[in-house]
Amino acid sequence: MKALAWHGKHDVRIDNVPDPGIVNPRDCVIKVTSTAICGSDLHLYDGYIPTMKAGDVLGHEFMGEVVEVGAKSTLKKGQRVVVPFTIACGSCYHCGKHQYSACDNGLPADNQDIAQTLYGQPMSGLFGYSHMTGGYAGGQAEYVRVPFSDIGPIVIPDGVEDDKVLFLSDILPTGWQAAEYAEIEPGDTVAVWGCGPVGLFAVQSAFLMGAERVIAIDHFPRRLELAAKFGAETLNFEETAVYDALMTMTGGIGPDAVIDAVGLEAHGLFVDNIIDQIKASTFLGTDRTHAIRQAILACRKGGRVSMPAVYGGFVDKFPLGAFMEKGLTLKTGQTHVQHYLPGLLNAIMEGKIDTEFLISHRMPLTDAPKGYKMFHDQQNDVTKIVLKPGMSATAAA
Amino acid sequence: MADTDDAPASASKQDPTAAGHGVADAKGDSVSGRAVTINKPAAEVYAYFRDFANLPSFMENVVSINVKDDRTSHWVVKAPAGRTVEWDAIVTEDQKDRLIAWTSADGADVPNSGRIEFADAGARGTVVTATILYDPPAGIVGKIVAKMFQREPAIQARRDLRRFKQLLETGEIATPAKNAQEFEEMGL
Repeated sequence: MKALAWHGKHDVRIDNVPDPGIVNPRDCVIKVTSTAICGSDLHLYDGYIPTMKAGDVLGHEFMGEVVEVGAKSTLKKGQRVVVPFTIACGSCYHCGKHQYSACDNGLPADNQDIAQTLYGQPMSGLFGYSHMTGGYAGGQAEYVRVPFSDIGPIVIPDGVEDDKVLFLSDILPTGWQAAEYAEIEPGDTVAVWGCGPVGLFAVQSAFLMGAERVIAIDHFPRRLELAAKFGAETLNFEETAVYDALMTMTGGIGPDAVIDAVGLEAHGLFVDNIIDQIKASTFLGTDRTHAIRQAILACRKGGRVSMPAVYGGFVDKFPLGAFMEKGLTLKTGQTHVQHYLPGLLNAIMEGKIDTEFLISHRMPLTDAPKGYKMFHDQQNDVTKIVLKPGMSATAAA
Repeated sequence: MADTDDAPASASKQDPTAAGHGVADAKGDSVSGRAVTINKPAAEVYAYFRDFANLPSFMENVVSINVKDDRTSHWVVKAPAGRTVEWDAIVTEDQKDRLIAWTSADGADVPNSGRIEFADAGARGTVVTATILYDPPAGIVGKIVAKMFQREPAIQARRDLRRFKQLLETGEIATPAKNAQEFEEMGL
């Protein structure tokens, strides 16, 4: 089959790889009908994530049709499913508490060593996201083997288009969890750094959870427009001193909750960010982190910090003093996707959450290398690329 | 074992390879101790382990275990360069749902002993603590075997315990293999 494989920094290719099949009883295999390129795939593309190997198949946002089932899968051939990007067993202590991304058993035993050393305990497996997260082949492919198919994938009702539900795989529940972690109270003002897909879903979610005002921060005008479409007030950090603006807009109080949806590749020419870039390039520090610093500084006393953004290693100049003195609460983590799927599918069906607005480009799987380059180079216009393995190359041209 | 705190012996900075660690009839001084919590009742966890024929399903290095009688089993274990080592293991202690200990019989290629404790952890299931000791033989083969058993027993024990947990909790062992053929090549 054809699949998008990583070969190095800024080098992804369509490779011919062996077809997947059933290995364990709870597996299924799906024929991919839609798969998206995620902002966090750009971290792989840019070479920020360790333990990648040449030939690794990428992609953790995908859906498709069940074509093979193991003896203990509860799915049936022909069903359409969206697959969570987190690989979780559903039977361990953490899954019992719906902390699916903290699953004890999603990672193969040998792959747990790295995360255990780096983080203290291993986390769940992830599709197509390095060997530290399991070495599982991803969904930017014609077919994928899906472990624990009896508890992960959600069945999509007939007649509902892929584009409406595809983002259940990652970015919609991630944005929703980010807003939930902000513990929004009616009347709150919530500030969101980063108007990529996660930030934009966090904006929608925050309003649904009762936020009175949402202030969205980015520097791409197109993304700020999308945030404004959902009712957010916007700040362009290239034109505006964000802290000053936030303080004035909130009458000197600061936002009640702040959401960092930017992560380890924070852009912008801030002094600390430039120092971070120098350190990252000299291996003195791995994560560039302006957004979270600014968010902590702006957040009101006793407020909440929610951090859906992906961080992998160590940071310095984290404003621990401000964090402590102001008595802030931080909630973060990979998304417990399985926990949110039924509720969010309902919200989509009832029209409470808009998902399709995000898709700026649709292209065949075979154009994925071009898609990565576009997404990487043109973040203003390219908000989301969806790859369609079934689409013919000529039709997309 | 350190006398000044309550830490497990396997976490000691002073003498992590000190023999004993509560293993009756201890053979060997290369120890690996590790605890894992399994979300199943102690009776179930004990019963699975007590049937030694089950152990190769999650112990990567163990080729086969032939159970001879209630106390005696014959182990065949992978060694470097395509070799295997073998021994008879004798159960020395057996407390239902709580404890299994064994030691190798005289004439073992690699004298060894082990002790697996099962402690009820209420809603969290069962805490399984493994202490395994190896005594690699002298000579060239011994050196190869020592390399295998002395350098990596802690890693091996840790991974085996994770697989044991996965098997009992999920009914299968997680693998990134893309298909059955790749799984054959990768093994556990």
